[in-house]
Amino acid sequence: MSLDTTPALTPVDEARRQVEICNACRYCEGYCAVFPSAFSQRAFSDGDITQLANLCHNCRGCYYACQYTEPHEFALNLPAALAEVRVESWERYAWPKGFARLFQESGVALAGALVVGIALLFFALTALTPEAGEGFYAYLSHGAMVAIFTPAFLLPLVAVGIGLHRYWRDVDGRPITFAHLKSAFQDAARLKNLSGGAANGCNFEDGDRYSQARRHAHHAVMYGFLLCFASTSSGTVLHYGFGMEAPYSLFSLPKLLGVPGGILLTIGATYLVWLKTKADPDLGAASVWGGEMAFVLLLGATGATGLALYAATGTSWVAPLLAIHLGTVLAFFVTTPYSKMVHGFYRLAALIRDAQRPSGAV
Amino acid sequence: MTQLDKTRWDVIVVGGGNAGLCAAIEAAETGARVLILESAPKPYRGGNSRHTRNFRCMHRGPLSVLTGSYEEDEYFDDLIRVTKGKTDEHLARMTIRTSEECLPWMEAHGVAFQKSLSGTLSLSRTNAFFLGGGKALVNAYYNTAQDLGVTVAYEAEVKHVVVEEGRFQGLDVLIGGSETRIEGRALVLASGGFQADLDWLADAWGPAARNFLIRGTPYNRGVVLRDMLDQGADSVGDPTQCHAVAIDGRAAKFDGGIVTRLDCVPFSVVVNKDGERFYDEGEDVWPKRYAIWGRLVAAQPDQVAYSIIDSKSINNFMPSVFPPETADTLDGLAQKLGLPGTKLRETVTAFNEACQNGTFMPTELDGLSTNGLTPEKTNWARPIDTPPYYGYSLRPGVTFTYLGLKVDDTARVSGPTGRFANIWAAGEIMAGSILGEGYLAGFGMTIGTVFGRIAGQEAAKHVA
Ligand SMILES: Cc1cc2nc3c(=O)[nH]c(=O)nc-3n(C[C@H](O)[C@H](O)[C@H](O)COP(=O)(O)OP(=O)(O)OC[C@H]3O[C@@H](n4cnc5c(N)ncnc54)[C@H](O)[C@@H]3O)c2cc1C
Ligand code: SF4
Ligand code: SF4
Repeated sequence: MSLDTTPALTPVDEARRQVEICNACRYCEGYCAVFPSAFSQRAFSDGDITQLANLCHNCRGCYYACQYTEPHEFALNLPAALAEVRVESWERYAWPKGFARLFQESGVALAGALVVGIALLFFALTALTPEAGEGFYAYLSHGAMVAIFTPAFLLPLVAVGIGLHRYWRDVDGRPITFAHLKSAFQDAARLKNLSGGAANGCNFEDGDRYSQARRHAHHAVMYGFLLCFASTSSGTVLHYGFGMEAPYSLFSLPKLLGVPGGILLTIGATYLVWLKTKADPDLGAASVWGGEMAFVLLLGATGATGLALYAATGTSWVAPLLAIHLGTVLAFFVTTPYSKMVHGFYRLAALIRDAQRPSGAV
Repeated sequence: MTQLDKTRWDVIVVGGGNAGLCAAIEAAETGARVLILESAPKPYRGGNSRHTRNFRCMHRGPLSVLTGSYEEDEYFDDLIRVTKGKTDEHLARMTIRTSEECLPWMEAHGVAFQKSLSGTLSLSRTNAFFLGGGKALVNAYYNTAQDLGVTVAYEAEVKHVVVEEGRFQGLDVLIGGSETRIEGRALVLASGGFQADLDWLADAWGPAARNFLIRGTPYNRGVVLRDMLDQGADSVGDPTQCHAVAIDGRAAKFDGGIVTRLDCVPFSVVVNKDGERFYDEGEDVWPKRYAIWGRLVAAQPDQVAYSIIDSKSINNFMPSVFPPETADTLDGLAQKLGLPGTKLRETVTAFNEACQNGTFMPTELDGLSTNGLTPEKTNWARPIDTPPYYGYSLRPGVTFTYLGLKVDDTARVSGPTGRFANIWAAGEIMAGSILGEGYLAGFGMTIGTVFGRIAGQEAAKHVA
């Protein structure tokens, strides 16, 4: 560790400087997985720091608890230091590279992607109006939808896969077993670390007071999103597996999953946005605040526009709402490898990597 | 701020560390109008308390994060051992007994606990660790106090306690550069020790004290303690007694806190600035010895010493916050540390030759001792011969001082004409009432919590 805190330090070097101080202190051990993982080592490679950064979920407990925050010369701000490393790592691993900086930092760029997505869909709707079809397919043929969304879904997944592969190499990941996956998915499903370890939640929207608000909002978004995703998947299965085509009734699987999913997603995202406006931006990666905000809004918009579309069934609003909804979903999918959405993938990878740490090695 | 002097406060608490906060919360819970005056700016509120990690707690069975049981007699025996009997048995036993109900009280007032930290398993039965450490505890208490309507003034340094006929009337307080008289009906003094006043330390210790490092807050300068002693308050404790440990010599003068501790001594040879050994580095495990090394180093020329190890031992202790000096030869290391190279080589050679065969066991007394060396090293004596060599400088780091105000079991302070009518004290400022010398890890916060709560309750009763 050195006391040299000149801004010349790269994000990884700055985080390493701070983690080394933590390693001599250890007071925050009970907050989250970052600390036990860090305290099992003495020296930290760039990959180690990247792994720690992706284990951190920015609950800020360790900032408010730290006796070494500014004006102390050690100038600890671990949540921000790790956030900077995270953002930088996603940028570095992204394929192709330049997009990540663009969409992570710039809310305007994300909004631009949204406009392009919607415009494309309007164009498709006018240019490719089918001669016959039911429900949405009356506006855009099933074939056209598949032609647009299959690559829009698969290509980003490939890009994410490439990024994850690069990550795994950097953090020295080992072959993954079922036990690793089980442990990681269990943590993720409960958002275990977001619960604040032994603490009662995060220190997020209300300074150093603990609150479960962020966890609840994030839960709503995550499960809302997964329900929506399951809804679409179930539609696909019904379509191809059982020859049952949209539109589906309210008591069909796609709707039973999609409607509550959309509601959860919309409410959760709104709540998250509100919480984010209350939290101190200096304890996160300040440069990507706008991009992150835009991402949550975009994610919320996929839910809200979906619900609006459903509500408009049978009215003349269906065509424009269909374009808006599908355009939003398109923008969301295409930017996934480069937006905050990618955090979900890296976080899961970090949890799997952490599960590979010999237990008891603290 | 300007309104502070317009109110006649029920209870004024001087010092917003653990003891003061416990007092303020107890008093405010009875409905009293409470003011905390804290001399530090907000980011540095909480004095030494924000550097702590645990408190020592009696318990008759598993309690919260504490395992097993730790009963009154065992706790008291531990205290007798470290203080060599210099304690007040009545106050000590009362403190120990009350500590048990403190843990649930702390939890109910916002403090979260965690399991014993890695590297401190030996304390998992006796000491309850605060999640996030003392600053998180202090934050929780400030939030609780705020919810109870307690007023807090930062950068408000109390200069003088106005006492008339054994009764506290008001305080002269320096706020924002000007002195203000603030009136109140009851007073709780919780402003810590005087260790940050180097002149006072030098009076007690001699000029060597100016080279001491202060592990905690620069704001505990004993201004109120001195003012009370000047007004004839009964004192307790020896001004030359303080808790001092050997810490990294490169630490800042103040507020270095826990990270500046060095655990390498038992695996090293320690020399003074002339390159000479002066004490058995392997006398006992480090947690039982680090406190005496503060005094040992204080007695060396320029109050500095150097701990030298080789690459065999570098992973046997908790990592240090500053990296050690490193060199491939002892001469190179001596040069980096500013030690006389020839002398250091001689000392290490003599030590190496006195080492004997045996099994090195870093976590227990392994009896691996030198033969025919003065002073001996009685455990963990392995030759220093495998480069790279590493060196750390050591200096005495003062935790807190023991001279304080004498209190009774209701935390009341007494003076020339018996007990003051309305003045109580809690925490470091009165810890000497129980700790005559020595120290038991985690007992500072126990004293502060127990007496802080009592002082708050008693002060509130007085104004009810
Ligand atoms: C590095 C370190 C680690 C420690 N670890 C532990 C541990 O793990 N467990 C343990 O039990 N003990 C520990 N201690 C000891 C412990 O810190 C003290 O015993 C305890 O904090 C004392 O609490 P207090 O409220 O009396 O004093 P403090 O917490 O120091 O509070 C005193 C307050 O009074 C204020 N003040 C001072 N003068 C004035 C004035 N004139 N006017 C207004 N305000 C004033 C100060 O700014 C300060 O905030 C540690 C100490 C240090 C330095
Ligand atoms: S964040 Fe601060 S208090 Fe927490 S472990 Fe690191 S240095 Fe210690
Ligand atoms: S911000 Fe929260 S999750 Fe991140 S390191 Fe600190 S305590 Fe852990």
